[in-house]
Order: sequence, then C-alpha cells, then structure tokens
Amino acid sequence: MIRVVLPAHLKTLAGVTGEVRVEVAGPGPATQRLVLDAVEARYPMLLGTIRDRHSGKRRAFVRFYACEEDLSNSPPDTPLPERVVAGEEPFIVLGAMAGG
Amino acid sequence: MSGVRVLVGTRKGAFVLTADGRRDSWTVDGPHFGGWEIYHLTGSPADPDRLYASQSGGWFGQLIQRSDDGGRTWTTVDNDFAYAGDVGDHLWYDGTPRPWEFKRIWHLEPSRDDPDTVYAGAEDAALYVSTDGGGKWTELTALRTHPSGPSWQPGAGGLCLHTIILDPVQQGRIYTAISAAGAFRSDDGGTSWLPINKGLRSGEIPDQDSEVGHCVHHITQHPSRPDTLFMQKHWDVMRSDDAGANWREVSGNLPSDFGFPIAVHAHEPETIYVVPIKSDSEHYPPEGKLRVYRSRTGGDEWQPLTDGLPQSDCYVNILRDAMAVDTLDPCGIYFGTTGGQVYRSADGGDSWAPIVRDLPPVLSVEVQVLP
Repeated sequence: MIRVVLPAHLKTLAGVTGEVRVEVAGPGPATQRLVLDAVEARYPMLLGTIRDRHSGKRRAFVRFYACEEDLSNSPPDTPLPERVVAGEEPFIVLGAMAGG
Repeated sequence: MSGVRVLVGTRKGAFVLTADGRRDSWTVDGPHFGGWEIYHLTGSPADPDRLYASQSGGWFGQLIQRSDDGGRTWTTVDNDFAYAGDVGDHLWYDGTPRPWEFKRIWHLEPSRDDPDTVYAGAEDAALYVSTDGGGKWTELTALRTHPSGPSWQPGAGGLCLHTIILDPVQQGRIYTAISAAGAFRSDDGGTSWLPINKGLRSGEIPDQDSEVGHCVHHITQHPSRPDTLFMQKHWDVMRSDDAGANWREVSGNLPSDFGFPIAVHAHEPETIYVVPIKSDSEHYPPEGKLRVYRSRTGGDEWQPLTDGLPQSDCYVNILRDAMAVDTLDPCGIYFGTTGGQVYRSADGGDSWAPIVRDLPPVLSVEVQVLP
C-alpha cells in the first residue's frame, strides 16, 4: 500500500482528509506513473489536475517529493524509492511555490 | 414573490447572492471552490437549479463543476478539452506560428431549452459542446479550423473565445466572439462559420477592412430582436441590425468608447448599458468616476448613471462577463468590479447600491430570476 499526500485543494476536490492509500498492482516495480494512475482511477475528479490527461506530462506548477528528494523531473517510469513502496514514507504531490 | 440569484465568479472562488424580488436585502453565500479562479458561473434558462461553473487555476488546471440543486452541492464533470484532429497553428504575439494550446474555459452558455446541453468557449480559441450535462465535451472544429484561423492573434488576455450567443429564433444560429480575431456566426449549429466583422475599425491593425483581427470584447442581443446585436469592441461601441453582416459605430457622446461589458435592458430592446474605461492601458473609469452609461436610443445618445456609484477616486475595471440584467419589472442591472464590489440597480440603472463590497476581483456576474 503506497501512501500519497495530496495538496489541500486536491484533497478538497477528492473529498478526502489526510493521506490517500493506493495499491499498485503489477509484475513490475511501483513507479510514479503507476501511483498516479491508481490515484486517478480511485478519484477520477483529479484527472487533469496533476498531469495532462493525454500526454501524461506533469503540470508545470505541480511537484513530486519523496524521502526528502525532488522526483518531479524523474522519468515517470522510474521505480519509486523502496521506503515509499514499503509504505514507510509518502509520495508527496504538492503545488509549487508560486502564489497568486 | 419572485426571487433573484446572482452568480458571481471571482479570482478566488464563486459567490451566490440571493434576494427577493425587491432586491434590497441580500444573502451572500460563499466562497465556493475557495482559492480557484471561477471565470464563469451560470445557470440553465430551462432549469434554474442546473448551474455550471468553470473552475481553473495555475496549479491544477481546468475543471468544470455542475450543480443540480441551485448551487447547494456540486459535482465535477468532464474536463477533457482536447483539440480534435490536426491542432495547427495560430499567430503568437511576435507574429510567429504557435500551436493551439488549451489554457482555460472562459465562458459557458447553456442551451435555452435543454439543461443538459451547454457550450464552452476556450482559450486558445475553440468552441465545445456537451449534450449530457458536461459528461463529455466535443469540439465544434469548424470554428478553430476556419481558413482565417492561422492568422488569429491573441489579445492581451489571450486568444480567448469569450462570447457565445445561441439565437432564440433561428435554430442552429450561433454567434461567437474571440479576442483578437473578431466575431463569427454559424447558421448550421457550428458546422460552418462566417466572420462578421464588416464595418469594424481597429486602429491596432494595418488593414481596417480585414476580415479578422478585431478585438471584440463582448456582444449582446435582445431576444425580441435577434438580428440586432450590440458590441463593445476594444475601442468603439457598435451595433448591427442584420445579424452581424454590417456594423456601425454608436459610441456617440461617451466619455470613452473603450470598455468591456455591454448589456441590453430585458424589456426595452433599444436600451443598452456600457461602462466606459479610460483606455487600453488605463483600465479604470475616466476621472476616477464609476459611471454606467445608458442609451435609450440603441446607441449614439448616452446618459451617465451615477446615483449610488463612487464619483471620486475609483480605479476599478469591469470585465466583459461581469454585467447582467434580470427579467423583473423594473429591470435589474448588476455588475462586478476588479475591486470586489458587486453593484445592483433595481430600477433600470437610475440608482445603484453595492450588494457586497469586498469580494476578490470579480470575473463574471450572471443573474437568475427564481419562481
């Protein structure tokens, strides 16, 4: 079970509080793409808010952090850190520091 | 007694203002979608409980919300505004080609008779329609792929399709306006489009007779005279009496003919309203006096309406979708400002009062009359 922290606006949109937990099934390793696929499948109202619906490209002002590392620019099929896969650390989605 | 519901979209959320038919005591509900830009919030003419909202933001993009209970609860519907087929290019500010890229929905226009049918105007300019209450959007591609499309250039606010008028009489007739391409008309439900910009004069483009390239800010129409259109252009207030085939200027004695919104009285098709703004670079009222101007002659002769509006040190703007009229008698007029005020007149513009003074900058105002 992978823990995902969503930013406040997306928690409101999804109607959740606290962390989201998703199961990433499959023969291969858990990746950023698979985690986001699972999040969007469970909360379809988030489609398009984190990444482009068609290209899958991360929205410009969204960031992905985990284990004190910035994974925003990692290729989406890169395996996630083991501590995230083990549920010891969350995969964090957040809005970039760009107020307005 | 009838009631009114004023739907306000702002930079940081939506607000719903309600009153009875006297329109003198108001309840303010909101913010809904706090923190998000609500470019437009509007209701179905066929079912006042059916509302649609365009919700967007720099971080998380575009969403469309639908309410089936007059705004008490909301559901996200489809937000897949893909450009169909070959995307193609339009002109960028520097004159170079640039591929169409979706940014946001500026305007939602529900059908007059079907709550589930709604049109959406996008930046970069495109027209979409949903016939299932927003469950799926389909682009009406003939507008974006019009032969003039590669020459369209954005206005300062982007290449936005901001005005959609569904003709109340002629089935399949749709008017749209795009900054800074101009006005277009379809007589076949969006299958084909005709630029309707003859008579517009825009000093910002080299060819005054150009088919496109005019920065139309807003168009309005009275349902009893569907062939008469009133336009607030970047500069100039214009009218057409032949469904947009020809336009003539009716700016008359306005202190400035720059502005954004234009509205027509619900019961007097020759009574129209504008809010003059000083200039294209000075987006505030001339002399710091917030004046709505009313013409009872369909243009040319204008009268300032000042009672209840600030007449000194006022430097707000009124955006193109931020003025609306109700259908009560006397007709009510409403507008919102970039300073967060929403003003109402319950007597056709003779006198004004703020409903609310301190909202975020107002992007859109619509009004519904409730049974």
